[in-house]
Amino acid sequence: MTQRSRSHDAPPKKTDMAVMLPVKRKAHDPFRLKLTPWHGVFLALVCIFTTSYGYATTAPEVDSIRTVMLRWMPLLLEGFLFNILISILSMAVGTAVGTMLGLAQISLMPPIRHSSWFVTQFFRNAPWLVLLFFAMYLLPFEFTIAGVTIPFPDWIKAIIGLSLPVMANVSEIVRGAVLSLPSGQWEAAESLAYTRRQTLWLIILPQCVKRMLPPWMNLYSILTMATVLASIVGVSEVMTLAGRVLAAEDGRTDLLAPLYSFVLFLFFVYCYPIARWTVYLESKFAVKG
Amino acid sequence: MELVYEWFRELYQTTGINLPFIYDSYDRGRLIDGFLTTVELSLICLFFSVVIGIIGAWLQGSSFTWTRRIVNGYIQLFRNTPPLVQLYFFYFAIGSMLPRVETEWGGQAPMLGSFAWAVISLSFFAGAFNVEIFRSGIEAVPKSTVEAAESLGFSRFQIYRDVTLPLAIRVVLPSLNNNLVNLVKTTTLAYAIAVPEMLYESAQIWSDNVNVPEMMIFLLIAYFVLVGILVWGMNRWERALKIPGFGS
Amino acid sequence: MSWSDKEPMISVRNVHKSFGDFEVLKGVSFDVMKGEVICIIGPSGSGKSTLIRCINALNDINEGSILVEGLEVNDPKLNKLELRKKVGMVFQQYNLFPHKTALENVMMAPIRVLKEDKKEVETRARALIKKVRLEGKENAYPGELSGGQQQRVAIARSLAMKPDVMLFDEVTAALDPETVGEVLVTIKELAEEGMTCILVTHEMGFAREVADQVYFTDQGLIVEHGPPATFFENAKDPRTRQFLSQIL
Repeated sequence: MTQRSRSHDAPPKKTDMAVMLPVKRKAHDPFRLKLTPWHGVFLALVCIFTTSYGYATTAPEVDSIRTVMLRWMPLLLEGFLFNILISILSMAVGTAVGTMLGLAQISLMPPIRHSSWFVTQFFRNAPWLVLLFFAMYLLPFEFTIAGVTIPFPDWIKAIIGLSLPVMANVSEIVRGAVLSLPSGQWEAAESLAYTRRQTLWLIILPQCVKRMLPPWMNLYSILTMATVLASIVGVSEVMTLAGRVLAAEDGRTDLLAPLYSFVLFLFFVYCYPIARWTVYLESKFAVKG
Repeated sequence: MELVYEWFRELYQTTGINLPFIYDSYDRGRLIDGFLTTVELSLICLFFSVVIGIIGAWLQGSSFTWTRRIVNGYIQLFRNTPPLVQLYFFYFAIGSMLPRVETEWGGQAPMLGSFAWAVISLSFFAGAFNVEIFRSGIEAVPKSTVEAAESLGFSRFQIYRDVTLPLAIRVVLPSLNNNLVNLVKTTTLAYAIAVPEMLYESAQIWSDNVNVPEMMIFLLIAYFVLVGILVWGMNRWERALKIPGFGS
Repeated sequence: MSWSDKEPMISVRNVHKSFGDFEVLKGVSFDVMKGEVICIIGPSGSGKSTLIRCINALNDINEGSILVEGLEVNDPKLNKLELRKKVGMVFQQYNLFPHKTALENVMMAPIRVLKEDKKEVETRARALIKKVRLEGKENAYPGELSGGQQQRVAIARSLAMKPDVMLFDEVTAALDPETVGEVLVTIKELAEEGMTCILVTHEMGFAREVADQVYFTDQGLIVEHGPPATFFENAKDPRTRQFLSQIL
């Protein structure tokens, strides 16, 4: 009868019989896997393997891979910081515009609702790289307001280009979160004579923030990884710099693996904790409903 | 047809809207090739990423701790690093380590071309997401249903093929759909290693004809339509697989 | 099929089973002869379900022996398929395959597991569905059937494997009261046809009507057993009497 009590007695009672307790799952869930030793070891192994592979085949008169990597590491780190800067600025712009767009999607006025829906879908379904090209080629390199010429360097254009898909995704996140709230919240507020605007800002949105946070963080992680696309359009971020390092070292092919491993490593170290935190928040909010 | 081409030539001369991929047979050929390459790349990667997802989810149910750890390591590594860098790593780093093969003209060529590397890299990238998706689907299949199959004498493999997988597929279709849409969009990265897909060919056309805005708008519409077709197809499949009293 | 009437078909000897530190079965022994109907009753948590799950090797045992037609269940090298061809099992939650119709549910195991001819299996399956009085529901999905109907499909599904013994694990516990009767009628007919049955049940009236032997378990032990007439009228053990007074 133990089988039955385990699955059917709804409220978990305090018991000292192990069989009565809910079954503890093993660490099956990859999200719950600790970052600490294991992934680090795996990555380090990849680096060491590729590095030593290169080292073994290098002629003695050229610098060892370790020397070369150490020489360029500060530059690459600087490049990576630029990636993070781009990601933060794109996220800020995308979130601001996207929230507006998302609220427009739940507007009571059909033309606003429909057009914002269309804009959202259009930018959501376009590949990020195409949108980046779009911004790169179609924005002017400078523009003039009231006689003052403001230059528009490539990296600013990249920020705008990357914030377009962010905007569309944020718009969907906002719309989804607002619609996921039970309609009773709107009705209750209405019965208390709140205006629609007050209901939205005082009652609905504060509740939505919690629901929006995990997908929003996930989006940020995706955006951060997308910042390397800027290398294709010539912004001096980490991938571009990796290419230059390669050129400076006379295009040694044995440097390719350690260089790219290092870039992968940088992103992993930055994005993996975000992913873990996202999952943690998801499960935390899910319990409270 | 000639009339249509003529009309677009007229359009260019009168308004400056230049769509050479309609009236110029060379550009038209390039773009059609690019489009077909995108479709081909997408379909092959779709196939392999789903295969990787199914095998990975199966391995995650393994009783060997290390098998599970390796699968988890793979998932986290591919999910948390930029797909573009993965692509470079495969194409340049691993590609340069592989031996070169003789071509039929006696020259030397890399063992795998850029298209093959794009398939490998993108399949592994999308596959990492699919493993997660399939695993959540498998977990959604009640243990008791699996037990019933067990008591009827089904082997582990038969249970997976006849019971778990068909049920899991139905649970995961919406998220699978989403991931496959992302995969189609991600095929544009193959541009970076000069796979002649749609973005690459469009870039060729715009650098020859200096008609960036037209090509951009064309590209946005083209991907919109491609993704739309995929979503439509997946939704139809979802409806076809729907069984009464299961799922929502 | 041709098991002699003289030897017990199922022989359970001194079976111990623990989940973690909790000992569910503390040395259970009993025999079942061919054609006998055994009912196991007892309070929740007394190990009834675990006991019959062990007979079908869904749970392994820590100590003791279970012989099913001479097949030792507590043997690491046990051929589970052989065992499960002999033993059919019906669960509390029916556990039908939701993506298959009633007929397909019945046909699946003989075709997949026994590799029998599809035509033959279909004829047999249709006959079984008729036997459990579900004619006309062959093409309904489990989600479209009531609990009682699903449970009868589950019985037909087990019977399709031509087992020598049927195990019923509280098969009416999850049903609406008005559908309990139809399932019990089906089981009773089976018993009258001479099928060897082991039932875990809370239906005392039913146990009294169909059982050849009634076993009462409490805290992992068989406290008392006997033919229903003596068992229900003259229970000797105070625990049995207390249980019966609560239930009747």
